Amino acid sequence: MTARKGLFIVVVGCGRLGSYLANKLSNDGASVVAVDNDEKAFEALTAEYSGFRIEGDATEFAVLKQARMDKADIVIGATHDDNVNMMIAQVAQKVFHVPKVIVRVVEARRVELCQALGIECVCPTTIGSDMVLRSLEEAPRVPGDGGQP
Amino acid sequence: MNTLIVGGGKLVYFLSRTFSSKGYGVTIINRDKAECVWLARQLKATVVYGDGSDPRILEEAHADGVDTLLAVTPHDEDNLAICQLAKLRFGVPRTLALVNDPDNEDVFRQLGVTTAFSTTRLLSNLIEQKAAFEDITSLAPLADGKVNITEVVLPDDSPVVRRSLMDIGLPPDSLVAGLIRGERPIIPRGVTTLEAGDRLIVITLPANHGRVLRMLTGDTA
Repeated sequence: MTARKGLFIVVVGCGRLGSYLANKLSNDGASVVAVDNDEKAFEALTAEYSGFRIEGDATEFAVLKQARMDKADIVIGATHDDNVNMMIAQVAQKVFHVPKVIVRVVEARRVELCQALGIECVCPTTIGSDMVLRSLEEAPRVPGDGGQP
Repeated sequence: MNTLIVGGGKLVYFLSRTFSSKGYGVTIINRDKAECVWLARQLKATVVYGDGSDPRILEEAHADGVDTLLAVTPHDEDNLAICQLAKLRFGVPRTLALVNDPDNEDVFRQLGVTTAFSTTRLLSNLIEQKAAFEDITSLAPLADGKVNITEVVLPDDSPVVRRSLMDIGLPPDSLVAGLIRGERPIIPRGVTTLEAGDRLIVITLPANHGRVLRMLTGDTA
């Protein structure tokens, strides 16, 4: 059990990231609503997942209302579309006044706009490349042949 | 005026043709290569191929020199991102977004889009007005539809015919601003008596719009 026990969390997008988070948060004791526009996406939820599933397009306001976003403590935007995630983040913050909102943005060029809009975002592209670059810096420098055969 | 249109299809084609004929500068951003080629051949507009929600593409389209941006792609989330990027990053003063979900009209305005319009809402408003009152023409919605100006022709069986304006008890927040009797325009006062065939220019708010029109026409539908 963690501090997330008892929180109400809406996870939008039930792909690799969304389903992983939904499963984990549900196991931690949070009440979770997973939203995806493809019913098949919910197959990624485990048998232990005890939250709700809502099939619908998250850019449709009625779907977010149905997910009870107005009551959410946390909203996570994890669809595969950056613009959808950014829109959900703003609706969650400005319309539903959700205290904690965090979304995935894959395209590094959009991070700047997120910051300008006050959206907390995680960019796997910059995180991944930073880690690769750091690992390269730490690697022992073995003089090579410059790629010549 | 310089306009930038993001989207595709006939809508973009006819919009840019209309704007060009008014002498506006038109740039189009479209993410379909074949359509870009076709648009560039048909129109005087500058056509940029790419994703309009990508800052590099907006830069290529010289968004910083644009007065009005229209985002009319079929995706609400893209239209929102495009308008916000244009406003925050490129300082475009006026942004308009097409929304598919009518609920998003309000949401987008709260998020800083100058004007959000939904085809669904526009069409359903037209149908409702036309179906209920054949003698009513909506002249202009003002302030994004917060005030309506409507022209109403009083039918012979209207309950307000041969009564004075102060007697008919129009609800608060409504006004008969003018009327046309035959060829003669009249600015009415409380004592003005209404006649069948008068064309009234009525100002209402959306909340009492239907009620006022029903009072004047006697239509209970």
